[in-house]
Amino acid sequence: MEKGSVWDLPDVPEGQLPPHIQLQRTRVHCNSDAPTHTENVQYSGAYSSLGVDNSLQLEQFRKNFRVDVIRLEKEEMEFDMVGIDPSLANAFRRILIAELPTMAIEKVLIANNTSVVQDEVLSHRLGLIPINADPRLFDYKSENDDPKENNTIVFKLHVRCERGSPRITVKSDELKWLPNGSEFSLETSAANSTSKPKTYTSFHTSQETLHDFSKKPIAPCHPDIILAKLGPGQEIELEAHAVKGMGKTHAKWSPVATAWYRMLPEVVLLKEVEDERAEKLVKTCPVNVFDIEDVGKGKKRAVVARPRGCTLCRECIREDEFKQDIALRRVKDHFIFTIESTGALPPEVLFTEAVKILEDKCERVITELS
Amino acid sequence: MELGTIEDPSSSTFTLSEEDHTLANSLRFALNQDPRVTFSGYSIPHPSEARVNVRVQTTGDPASEVLRDSCQDLMLMCQHIRSTFDQAVTDFTNEKGLKDMDIKK
Ligand code: SF4
Repeated sequence: MEKGSVWDLPDVPEGQLPPHIQLQRTRVHCNSDAPTHTENVQYSGAYSSLGVDNSLQLEQFRKNFRVDVIRLEKEEMEFDMVGIDPSLANAFRRILIAELPTMAIEKVLIANNTSVVQDEVLSHRLGLIPINADPRLFDYKSENDDPKENNTIVFKLHVRCERGSPRITVKSDELKWLPNGSEFSLETSAANSTSKPKTYTSFHTSQETLHDFSKKPIAPCHPDIILAKLGPGQEIELEAHAVKGMGKTHAKWSPVATAWYRMLPEVVLLKEVEDERAEKLVKTCPVNVFDIEDVGKGKKRAVVARPRGCTLCRECIREDEFKQDIALRRVKDHFIFTIESTGALPPEVLFTEAVKILEDKCERVITELS
Repeated sequence: MELGTIEDPSSSTFTLSEEDHTLANSLRFALNQDPRVTFSGYSIPHPSEARVNVRVQTTGDPASEVLRDSCQDLMLMCQHIRSTFDQAVTDFTNEKGLKDMDIKK
């Protein structure tokens, strides 16, 4: 072959990335040994030698950003978030898990517990029960604050298994909300028996009169969580005080069972896969990503029908047979986000709250700087 | 939150207390996307201290100003995300509502 001069080579087109670099920039390549091009190019001048501006343009972002809701139920939702950097998607996930406040039982006053479940184990179980109170209506209670109607929710639990009756199972619906606060009186107040005996909380008004708690009384989200089992003659009497907190202090305050995302899988057939090979390929995939299409004249061809279901198990490129024919990739800026709420707030509200929290964080930095 | 600067205002390290990867990583993204930034990165000096150090070096503008603009950009992005998300949810529930009605008929 005749060697040409470099000067005769065509110019690299200005203002756009060559296709292979564009592919590396926007896709993770999942090869059979390991994924490559997993990094994200963030630096604004990364492609300046090619005349491509990689900086953040809000207009561009506004045009490309998209949200598609796939599934929305009472406690669970799935949606696609397209056109966003993983650092932001991850920030939302982290906030959902650790920085959104909820109400959870923090203090348990045990008057009597003769069940086989020890006090501390029972308290821990109580702490993990999700409570259907909107945390936005309550304040944080700090160490020195008195437990008041705006920072504490009080529940009572009193169950007894009579002698001669069969064993009973104590479930979370036994937790009865006390809108007027604690009913246990402080021992010291017995001496000066003036008007009302002092209790462990100092509520001024009944919580029932606040907000619209009377329409939607506070209770555990699920009535059938097993707390303990009682044998004949055993009894539990206690009071549980719930306060507002965040998931980073303890997981019981996390409003989500979990929140996660995955990048959209992309399965591409680089070459035609036909007839018997097509049938074989369809059988290889455990989640049925491929389908067979008739192209007429008795010929069949494999097509990628459900790439979204691909689990990237890489079964299809394990053997040499299809290694050259299939490209498995992930789209770097397409996130399939799933939120499972524990029940206090619906998942869509949780997500908007999470975005608001990130906004607040930015605002805090701005005010500190100016 | 404190600010550690040397004589040259175009490169500074900012210490954000009570923050972690959540904010720092997003900020680093926004900073790196700003053409005025030559370098930006963050580190958490110790995992049991709630504190991050964000380093910003610019081509000449004061680093604090660039950081402020990045925060502003992030906020605008968040606002857009929120409105787009709310819109998508309303659209979805409306559509679903219509479909449910069809079933009842
Ligand atoms: S990686 Fe696994 S799930 Fe994905 S297409 Fe190949 S065989 Fe199917």
